[in-house]
Order: sequence, then structure tokens, then C-alpha cells
Amino acid sequence: MPTLVYTESALQSRDAVHDEILPAGKGWLHPIKAGQHFRILDLEGNQAVDTLFYNAADPADRYDGINTIRAQGNIFLTTGTRLISSEGNVLLTITADTCGRHDTLGGACSAESNTVRYALEKRYMHSCRDSFLLQIAQMAHSRESLTKRDLASNINFFMNVPVTPKGELTFADGVSAPGKYVEMRAEMDVLCLISNCPQLNNPCNAYNPTPIRLLIWDPPAAG
Amino acid sequence: MAEDLILNETLRGGAMWSWTLKRGTALRLTATEAGANVSALFLNADAPLERYNMPDTLKAQFIAFLTKGNALYSDMGRVLCSIIDDTCGWHDTLCGATDARLTEAKYGATTYQQQRNEMYRNGRDNFLVELGKYGLGRRDLPVPVNFFSKVIVDDDGNLRYQTGNARAGAAVELRAEMNVLVVLSNTPHPMDPSAKYAPPPVRIQIQHVAAATADDPCRRSRPENVRGFINTEILFR
Repeated sequence: MPTLVYTESALQSRDAVHDEILPAGKGWLHPIKAGQHFRILDLEGNQAVDTLFYNAADPADRYDGINTIRAQGNIFLTTGTRLISSEGNVLLTITADTCGRHDTLGGACSAESNTVRYALEKRYMHSCRDSFLLQIAQMAHSRESLTKRDLASNINFFMNVPVTPKGELTFADGVSAPGKYVEMRAEMDVLCLISNCPQLNNPCNAYNPTPIRLLIWDPPAAG
Repeated sequence: MAEDLILNETLRGGAMWSWTLKRGTALRLTATEAGANVSALFLNADAPLERYNMPDTLKAQFIAFLTKGNALYSDMGRVLCSIIDDTCGWHDTLCGATDARLTEAKYGATTYQQQRNEMYRNGRDNFLVELGKYGLGRRDLPVPVNFFSKVIVDDDGNLRYQTGNARAGAAVELRAEMNVLVVLSNTPHPMDPSAKYAPPPVRIQIQHVAAATADDPCRRSRPENVRGFINTEILFR
């Protein structure tokens, strides 16, 4: 196992302008303004947080995992990673990470992929794609409404999905733990779409989806 | 064989192409020279909101590249195409296509006014032009596959482009398991270190093929693929 680098943040939860617990199986769609810091905290450990970002001014310009990993030449996200959009813009920069690596390749679970990966009769089970779809359907009154077309390949915060030099995709033991977090600064106004993963068929979360904590800080006052 | 082909064309360097590849047909791509790269999109032609899903393809088969015996999955748990022949051995799934910014930074600026049809075209713009012909746009862009290119991932997660993956004559054949909108861009791999913009021509051949049998190697390569084929074939009963 390669050495992971941990970086802590000096921000205190008491100063946050937004502080929320998101239970497993719930979706979350929230604006994050340029300059704000956004932290996702893994309360109980090895919880998959399926996450997408959109340029708030032009949601067709969205988080692009391929552009992101190619820009840094590495498949894992950690401190210093710039999350790049489909149009090549920097959406956010990861500024702190006490987990060490986050997955860019595993995507989101869905009712349909569950039938392939586990068994045809798993279709009924709750999934990340369903949470994404419900969140964006509920925003459909807004001018910037998103649809399934906008569900690109997402980040899985706190998940460890290495690739071997032979090209095998592996779902390795988790590197997260209770209290680990990742924090990022928005470089433009973005929309964040999260599914706090409800997957019950995968050992990556010990078959036990758990809550996460989401915090936002305003930029430091000028001067 | 040649007269049985539905289509037999050459895609010149820089060119784009699209086709509705019907179930019961197969698309064979042949690199006419070493160093080819074809960036490719796959969508369900009958309902293009269903499209190639890179994570679902990789997760279902525990792979990070494509070769013979693999299936290309849609986001709906179905198989768009399966790879029935491959003399190359590795096709990249991780690195996407070039765009205008990358192409100009790497190869220099070209314009139609100056270079005419020798201008340096890029993958993303080629895709947007072809998708536009079907009423689709940038929100509809799935992750591309890069045929003939190899990028490995080392133990620390670093992406390493491998030169010399596609020899002259290397070929890959995709059997359509549903009616598939295929979009191709014959443009360099975004990590190709060559400083010269010179994508070689690629031969495109389409022929009729039999449907996957019960013991088809793509179907049987994994239990996940057995289920993926069941999900797909039910559409055509």
C-alpha cells in the first residue's frame, strides 16, 4: 500500500455557515459559492459519498473525471487536486484531506447496474442514481434544471478503487475511518449533487451505509 | 468477403464519423499504420439517453481497459456492444479525447483559412458536430473509449501512456448487441507524447454477424455479462 499523505484544515465547525448531517440513502443538491470551503466528513468510516459538481452559471459545464485525472496524471483525488470541468475550467481545489485518496472510476450504483453486478432480483434496492434523479427532479422548476443527461461519471469520496498495472480494477480495503474528511475550495459558483450511497451489496462500506456531515465556510473577510 | 461488407471505408486522420450500427452487424476498425488512436462514443440509437457508462463497464468486469471478450455497458445495465475480435490487446477507457485547447497547446494553432482541411481537428469538437446531427449536444457526451491506445496505472495511481501499442494492421471488432449510435473521431490520444499531429488512416468495415450464442465468449466471460446479455436480449424478443 503506497503511503498516503494527510493534510488537515484549520477551519472550525463553529464558524461554518452550513452544517448538516446527511443520512445514508439521501441525496443533497446545494450551491457552493466561489471562495467558500466545503467539507465532507465521514462520520462512521468507509462511507461512499457519490458526488457531482456543476458550473452554476452553465450546468452543461460539469465535473469531468477524465479531464481531472488526466490533468494531474493520476487517478486518485487528494489535497492539491483541481476538479476540472468538461470545458476545462477549475471548479474546486481540494485543500485538505485526512483520508488520503478518493475514487474517480467507480461511478454510482443504480438499480440497473445492481442487476448486472449482483443479481437480477436486486433491481428493487435503493441506489445512488435514484437519489441523484430525485434531487434533480425536485429542482425541475428552476431555470437551471438538470436531467439524466447531466449525470456524468461521479467522484466517490472515501472509496479506494486502485487499478493494477495489468489493468484490473480492484475494490481495495477502505482507507477512510470515522472522522476522516476532505475539504475543497470552490473556484467558481458551483452546484454540488451528492448521493450518500445506500449500497448494501458491496463490502467496500462493510455492507453498512452510514451518515455524513457536510459543512460550508464563507471565505475569510477581506482585509 | 469484401463484397459482403455493408460498408468499407477509410477514415482519414483528423476525421469524424457516425453510424447507426444495427443489432446483427459488427464494426471492424483496422489501424493502417502504427500509432493509431480512434476515440469513440456509444449510445443506444433507439433511445440515446441510454449511453456507454465507463464506470459500469469497468465495475461489472473488474477491468480498466477493453479487449476481446469484454462488453461495453450502458447506464441501464445492458450491453451496447461486445468485442468479438481484437489483435491489439488493449484499448484505453480512462483518458478521454482531445479538445481544442489541448490540441492547440500541443501541436500549435491551425485554422481552416490557412490549412484548409489539414487543420488539426480535435476529439471533443468532432464529437459535438456528429452528435449535433442527431439532436444531441455537450450534455450528452459519454466518456469515450480510445481504441488502439494503452495507458496503464501504476501502484501509486499514476497514468502511464505506453507507446507502440497498435501495430500496422491491428484490428478490433465490435458486435452490436442493440442498435447503437457509434461516433468516431480519428484524432490523437490526449497523452500521446508525439509532437507531430499525424493520426494515421483507419479502415472501417461493417458486416452482418450472427447473434451471440448461448456459449458466446463475451457472454460467458463473466457471470455479470450473462446477466447483462439477458437485460439486453429481452428488448429484442
